[in-house]
Amino acid sequence: MAEVLVLVDHVDGEVKKVTTELLTAARRLGEPSAVWVGDGAEEGVARLAEFGAAKVYVASGELNDYVTAPTAELLAKLARDAEAAAVLVSATAQNKEIAGRLAVKLDSGVLTDVVDVDADAVAEHSVFGGAVVTHARVRTGAPVIAVRPNSIPAAPAETPGEAIRESVAVELSDTARAARVVERVKQEQGARPELTEAAIVVSGGRGVGSDDFSVVENLADSLGAAVGASRAAVDSGWYPNQFQVGQTGKTVAPQLYIALGISGAIQHRAGMQTSKSIVAVNKDPEAPIFELSDFGVIGDLHKVAPQLTEEINRRK
Amino acid sequence: MNIVVLVKQVPDTATERKLRPEDNTLDRAASDGVINELDEYAIEEALLLKEKHGGEVTVLSMGPDQATDSIRKALSMGADKAVHLNDDALHGSDALQTAYALSKALGTLEFDVVVLGSESTDARTGVVGAALAEYLGLPQLTLAGKVDIEGRSIRIQRQTDYGHDVVEAELPAVVSVVEKINEPRYPSFKLIMQAKKKPVQKLTAAEAGIDVAKVGLNSAATEVVDAAAAPPRATGTVIKDEGDGGLKAAEFLAAKKFI
Repeated sequence: MAEVLVLVDHVDGEVKKVTTELLTAARRLGEPSAVWVGDGAEEGVARLAEFGAAKVYVASGELNDYVTAPTAELLAKLARDAEAAAVLVSATAQNKEIAGRLAVKLDSGVLTDVVDVDADAVAEHSVFGGAVVTHARVRTGAPVIAVRPNSIPAAPAETPGEAIRESVAVELSDTARAARVVERVKQEQGARPELTEAAIVVSGGRGVGSDDFSVVENLADSLGAAVGASRAAVDSGWYPNQFQVGQTGKTVAPQLYIALGISGAIQHRAGMQTSKSIVAVNKDPEAPIFELSDFGVIGDLHKVAPQLTEEINRRK
Repeated sequence: MNIVVLVKQVPDTATERKLRPEDNTLDRAASDGVINELDEYAIEEALLLKEKHGGEVTVLSMGPDQATDSIRKALSMGADKAVHLNDDALHGSDALQTAYALSKALGTLEFDVVVLGSESTDARTGVVGAALAEYLGLPQLTLAGKVDIEGRSIRIQRQTDYGHDVVEAELPAVVSVVEKINEPRYPSFKLIMQAKKKPVQKLTAAEAGIDVAKVGLNSAATEVVDAAAAPPRATGTVIKDEGDGGLKAAEFLAAKKFI
């Protein structure tokens, strides 16, 4: 069976959920081989095997000292050597860039923000802010597919085996070393899950009214959810840019999305419209967010959200 | 310093966007065309770089005749001149073919830095900046929230999920920008009038040295097989808060087994 490469997302040896989703999808296309860049592979290998990885290629963390190009070179080498049937990555901003460079190197095609993929590598997309569903495929070369987190339910392999670990050395080209990462600045995120991976997202908008986002954060914490923000809230300087959900921010598709004080302009809807369940609280009964909501409350979020938070904590 | 800023005309997201049933490409006639939102931030950054380091800002846009509107907008913000890559052979090109075509068009220009928006609001692939760097063999300084140039060195803050990376390279380089980088200016009346006289050079695929066998719908490595309107969401319940809105919402969450 042909190898299907899966680029692993991990934090300190812990495999991220999206990687288990990618391995699940990869099993439809062939035999998954995980590609691990950096330290911690020995801790992650069991998890990868559980979801069907037969092989784990491990490359040095030096690749991460430069922007995207080295990982694209690594994947291109592996894809050629293994004659891979496809390469799957998560549809994060960085991995989509890797996917683009990789497809250029392989002279194949790239499909981004895919929400499902079948055994023939036909990929489903949700476009125009969720208004249109398309199916697309790559006609030449090994398809490079960037899959949106939370889209394909992860399922362990029926007959998981041991994954073989294999170290790979890559001779980086000078071009791959052209953009050097000289510093990483990590912002405090606390114990909250990552926005694009979270099963539940609670977002705040203009209605929050100030940079005191505690009303949003408290509700999020009661549900173990990630915190998001609308463009209005980010533009006002109330919440950091990387938490922005919408057309020019992140796209999320959690099981549950709670919108607090967000009117639901297309700018925002484009980033959350495909969430499974949507709950909204807004003062304005005409707010377009109510057209999308499975449950809406017309009212003051500063009254409704704390009451909801208290009730959730009481029921625990 | 010579700066090239890439501009794309996209359908207005406030209108209903469609695909053409005959070939599943974007129906550019169905909605009003506007300049891609993030491109305004790219233009602003290009203008700020020019104000600081001198030189010239050239707009480069690939698209059909209508793209002229967005080119004029970029010129009226203060760019000096424009190149419009316009050829029927380019119709239906996917993201990688677009990056290839732009890399060829850039080959006809002299530049120290190329600035573009990190993604467009229509296809939203977010790969063009990276693929362009790959084709040009230049440093990829994408997702920039801050740009500093000193001599031939360039340093950006690259936005990441955890905050940002500081990334350094030598010019020439490809820079894509995110929204937080600046606040785009509004064109003044004077600049709008001046923009009408600024030169817009037309460029065909052949003039750019583009191999037409590599671009366009029929040679795209990707193909849209089908497209359909997404099924509408089921209508939900909307209640007015009578002092128990939070409790009612909790009941909904409990019924859905979220709590």
